Amino acid sequence: MSARDPKFPGLGQRLVLAMPFLWLVLFFLLPFALVAKVSLSQSVLGQPPYQPVFDWHGLSDFLGKLRQFSADAYVGLTQDPIYLQSYVDSVLIAGIATIITLLIAYPFALAIARAPRRWRIVLLLFAIAPFWTSFLIRIYAWILLLKDEGLINNALIVLHIIREPLHIFATNGAVVIGIVYSYLPFMILPLYAALDRQDKALAEAAADLGATPWGVFKRITLPLSMPGVIAGVLMVFIPAVGEFVIPDLLGGSETLMIGSTMWNEFFANRDWPTASAAAIVLLVLLVGPLALYEHWQMRSEARG
Amino acid sequence: MKARLTSTKAMQGSVLALGFAFLYLPIVLVILYSFNASRLVTVWGGFSTRWYGELFANDQLMQSALISLEVALAAGILATLIGTCAAVALVRFGRFRGRTLFASMIYAPLVMPEVIIGLALLLLFVSLGLERGLVTVVVAHATLGLCYVAIIVRARLIDCDPALEEAALDLGATRFRAFMLITLPLIAPAIAGGFLLAATLSLDDLVIASFTTGPGATTLPMRIYSAVRLGVTPQINAMSTLLLAAVACGLGLAALALRRRAP
Repeated sequence: MSARDPKFPGLGQRLVLAMPFLWLVLFFLLPFALVAKVSLSQSVLGQPPYQPVFDWHGLSDFLGKLRQFSADAYVGLTQDPIYLQSYVDSVLIAGIATIITLLIAYPFALAIARAPRRWRIVLLLFAIAPFWTSFLIRIYAWILLLKDEGLINNALIVLHIIREPLHIFATNGAVVIGIVYSYLPFMILPLYAALDRQDKALAEAAADLGATPWGVFKRITLPLSMPGVIAGVLMVFIPAVGEFVIPDLLGGSETLMIGSTMWNEFFANRDWPTASAAAIVLLVLLVGPLALYEHWQMRSEARG
Repeated sequence: MKARLTSTKAMQGSVLALGFAFLYLPIVLVILYSFNASRLVTVWGGFSTRWYGELFANDQLMQSALISLEVALAAGILATLIGTCAAVALVRFGRFRGRTLFASMIYAPLVMPEVIIGLALLLLFVSLGLERGLVTVVVAHATLGLCYVAIIVRARLIDCDPALEEAALDLGATRFRAFMLITLPLIAPAIAGGFLLAATLSLDDLVIASFTTGPGATTLPMRIYSAVRLGVTPQINAMSTLLLAAVACGLGLAALALRRRAP
């Protein structure tokens, strides 16, 4: 009987829990401790290009090492105006892109959720299918479209709408378009889930009582879908702040996003402590949204 | 009332049409231009399949495609095994100690910026003294993939009645046998879907692979990325079309499988 008592888990059960738990501790949690550690060490040339702080050789040695902790990398971040600019621009670009994504995804998700029942799943599948196709290729497609001699400019010139090509490619605007396009499925999914769950009788009752369609939307549909809005916004905003591929391929020299700045610090300058410090600051910046996202996930999990 | 209903229907239709156009036009254009005879990417020079021929003659690219497939298969299998265990633990083990930490570690990688995950894993591999290459990329991709598998399988597992498994236990089956015979077939479509998603993510990943790979294990996205940085070429269009076709086939098969198994 003890095998069925949850208080006395069997060996198999322990294993089922231990395997993913230990894997995630080793390959997800521990690495962040290492980033923090490296960010506090001093940059040296060579492989690995940092001076280790934590190799364990007894307590006295550890206390000695503690004094070697160096805030150099963090000080460097504050002195280099590129970093401050990168953080500000990343949050701004990701923020604007998130709002536009929401404005496009909301009517789209609503139209899917209000479609005839047998069509809904098919429409939803087609709306999120692009998420399964290569991210890199979808960004690449926008290079084809946005370049000065690209398809949008060609079409507009042929149609005599413009004479000179519009300079969209290699600007922050192109980065925003890229983020909106690639993250749209992440916004549609939670919005659809929230809208589909709504009891239609509520909206009908409000309409019967004389509410205008806009009134119904504003007072019934929108407030009831807020959990979906919050989830979607977080799922787009958090990864978009640290985005690397989109600013790198669609942005120009004016584009400073922290993901690419970090990438360059790491791969081009080979300054691991500074890259690590930049990552830690980015994490601190995202702690609020991340905590909110985790809280929302736990709550929706508790609801089942 | 009738007029309002029709106008709502019309608005709904146009929203859907615009939305799908925005999602699919860029992809369709890439496919179209992969059959363009002209070397200039934005000028139509007639129908041709020459870029596909050049693509298959590009040994470097083909080799990277093979590496990416190997990594995706290995990472997908690992992620499916561990992720399914994680889902079972989340749904069936009640409120064990450390559950909040466990669940946070499963949800966090889904939104964590890839540059941070890549950098963190690289520092881990360096401090463990592991040589970077195929193995490290597989481990990195499996870690991300297992979180997606866990969430997909968890959603399905919640709908499975634990009474079914308990009945098998009462009839004398061991816990393991009951799981294999009762629950596993019920969640099999979700496990298959999770595997496909984990493998697709691995095939597609540029950032984490760039941090965690070493010489000799250049994945396909890394090759495509460096080609795109140098400029747009028709060969990439052809490559993209083939990848899109592969994904479309996979999605179609997955949809068929889910339809057949779903109650």
